[in-house]
Amino acid sequence: MTTRLACHVGIGPTVDGVALVADDNFSARYDLDRVNGVFSRPQHRLYGQSYRDVILVLNTAKGGVATAWMLHEMVSRDMAPKALLLNAANTILAQGAALANMAMCDRFTDGDVTGLIRTGDRLVVDPAAGLVTIAERAAA
Amino acid sequence: MKLDDQEQAMLAGEHGSACQWAIQHQLQVGRMFDAADMVSVSQAHMMADPESLGDAGVAFVEGLAADGAHVAIPMITDPRGVDLSYYLPLGQTEEMADLERRFVAACRAMGIMMTDTCINYQTIMPPLYGDHVAYGDTGVVIYSNSVCGARSNFEGGPSALAAGLTGRTPRYGLHLDENRRATQRFVVDDRPRDLMEWGILGATIGRMAGSYWEVPVIEGIDGAPTSDEIKHFGAAMASWGSTPLFHIVGVTPECRDLGDVEGAGLDARRVAAADLNDLGAPFGAAGEAVDVVVFAAPQLSLVEIAQLARLCEGRRRASSTDMIVCTPVQVYGDAKQLGYIDSIEGFGGTVLTGTCFYQQYAREIAEANGWTRLLSNSVKIVNILGGYGYRPVLASMEDCVASAEAGTVIDRRSA
Repeated sequence: MTTRLACHVGIGPTVDGVALVADDNFSARYDLDRVNGVFSRPQHRLYGQSYRDVILVLNTAKGGVATAWMLHEMVSRDMAPKALLLNAANTILAQGAALANMAMCDRFTDGDVTGLIRTGDRLVVDPAAGLVTIAERAAA
Repeated sequence: MKLDDQEQAMLAGEHGSACQWAIQHQLQVGRMFDAADMVSVSQAHMMADPESLGDAGVAFVEGLAADGAHVAIPMITDPRGVDLSYYLPLGQTEEMADLERRFVAACRAMGIMMTDTCINYQTIMPPLYGDHVAYGDTGVVIYSNSVCGARSNFEGGPSALAAGLTGRTPRYGLHLDENRRATQRFVVDDRPRDLMEWGILGATIGRMAGSYWEVPVIEGIDGAPTSDEIKHFGAAMASWGSTPLFHIVGVTPECRDLGDVEGAGLDARRVAAADLNDLGAPFGAAGEAVDVVVFAAPQLSLVEIAQLARLCEGRRRASSTDMIVCTPVQVYGDAKQLGYIDSIEGFGGTVLTGTCFYQQYAREIAEANGWTRLLSNSVKIVNILGGYGYRPVLASMEDCVASAEAGTVIDRRSA
C-alpha cells in the first residue's frame, strides 16, 4: 500500500530512491566527508553511513553557507544524495538544490518527516507537485 | 512571482545569458519560500572557497564570466581558501592554488571586488538600518541583520552571485517585517567575560532556538557589548543554530524593548550556567598535547590582533605546536605598521591574509601537517572542524597563547 505525504512545493526533478532517515540536522561542510561520500561528523546520527544515491530525510539545516556550492560539486562527481527531505529547509539548502538540480522538499502537512518515513522505505519525490510517495515500506 | 519589466527582460535573456541564469535561479528559490516579488539590494557578498566550489563550481563561474557577465551592484567576497603567498608551507597543492587563481580571475572579469573578508561590517562598508542586502557567510548575515538592522537572508554563493548580477533578490524571509519579530525569548544570568564566553552563549542560544526561522530575543545583557564580542556571539549562534537574526533588549537597533519585537508574550527560557557548560564541556582537554592553535572564524579585527600581539610579546611557541592567525588584508596593513604582526611572528605564529582556516581545505592541511588536536577561542570553528577529522578544543585567547607556549592545553575556564 502506498502512502502519500503532502509538502510545500520544492525544487528539482522527480526522483525515486531509498530513504536514509535520522532525527538530526544537515550541513555538507560540517557533517560530510565528501571525498568518500560518508557522514564524517562523529556526533551525527548517520556517522559512517554512505549518503550516495539515497534520499536523505532529516530535520533541518545547520551552520553555514558552503552547502550551496557543495551540493553542486557533489553532483558533478556523482557523489551526492538523490534528494533531501526536511522538516524545514533553510535558504542555503534551497539555493544549493536549485544550482545542483537536486530534488528537495520540506514542510510536510502530516508532521515530522523523520517520523513519517523510515530508513529503507522506497520513495518517489515530486517537488513540483509538493508530494512524496512511500511506494514500498521497509520492514519494521 | 510578480516581475517588473526589467526583470521580465532579464528572464527573456535580453540582458545576456548570465543574467538570465541568475533570475531563473532566484525564481526557483523565491517560489520555494513564497516570495511575492523581488527587492532591490545595495550590496552582495559571496562565499566561494575552492574546496566548496570544486572544479565544477569554478567552471560554472568561468562560464558566466565568459558570457560577459558583470555585476550590477557593489559585490565583495568572503575569505579565500588559498593564501597565494603562503600555500605550499601550509601543505596545500598547486592544484588547489590553480583552482583559486581561476576563480579569482573569473570574479575580477565580472567586476567583483576581491575583498576576501568575513568581517566586512568591521572593515569595508557596513550596511545601514533597513538596507536590503544579499550577503553570504552566516556571521556576516547575522551581524548585519541584528547589529546593523540591515535585511538579508543567508545567501549562499550561487544566490549571492545571482543577486550581484541582477541587483535584486527574492523578497522572502528576513526581507519581510513579519519574519523579524521574536519567536523565542531567552533570559541570560551572567554577562560573558571574554570572546570565547560570548561565543558559548551565542552557540547555546542558537542550539536552543534550533532553526533558521526562529528569532531569539535576549534579556539580561546590560550595556552594549564590543563589536568583537557581539561578532563572536552572532557567528557562534549562526553556526550552531543556523540562526540569521537575534535581538538583544536595549542593545540591538530593532529592540529598544520587548514590545518592539512582540516578545513580551513569549515564555521566557533561562540560559543557565549548566546550559553553557553543557555546550562547552565536550571541548575540553586540559593537559593534552595540542598540535595547532587557530585564531579565525571570524577573521580577527585590528583590536583582536592587538590583543593577541600583546599576549605574544616576549614569548615563544613550543616547537611541537603551530599557531595560525587569519585576518583580512584590510586589517593586515594596519597591524603590520603598528608592529602587531611582528609580535605574533616573533612568537612563532603565522599570519594568513584573506583566508579563514576552516575554508582552506581543512582536512588536507590537517593530514599534511599532522594536526588533529586543534585549540581555538572560536566556538564557531570548533563546531565545524569535528567533521574534518580534528579533535577541537576551546579556550580563551589568553589560554590559547599559553597553550601554544606550553605545547599542551591550558584551560582555566572552571578556575
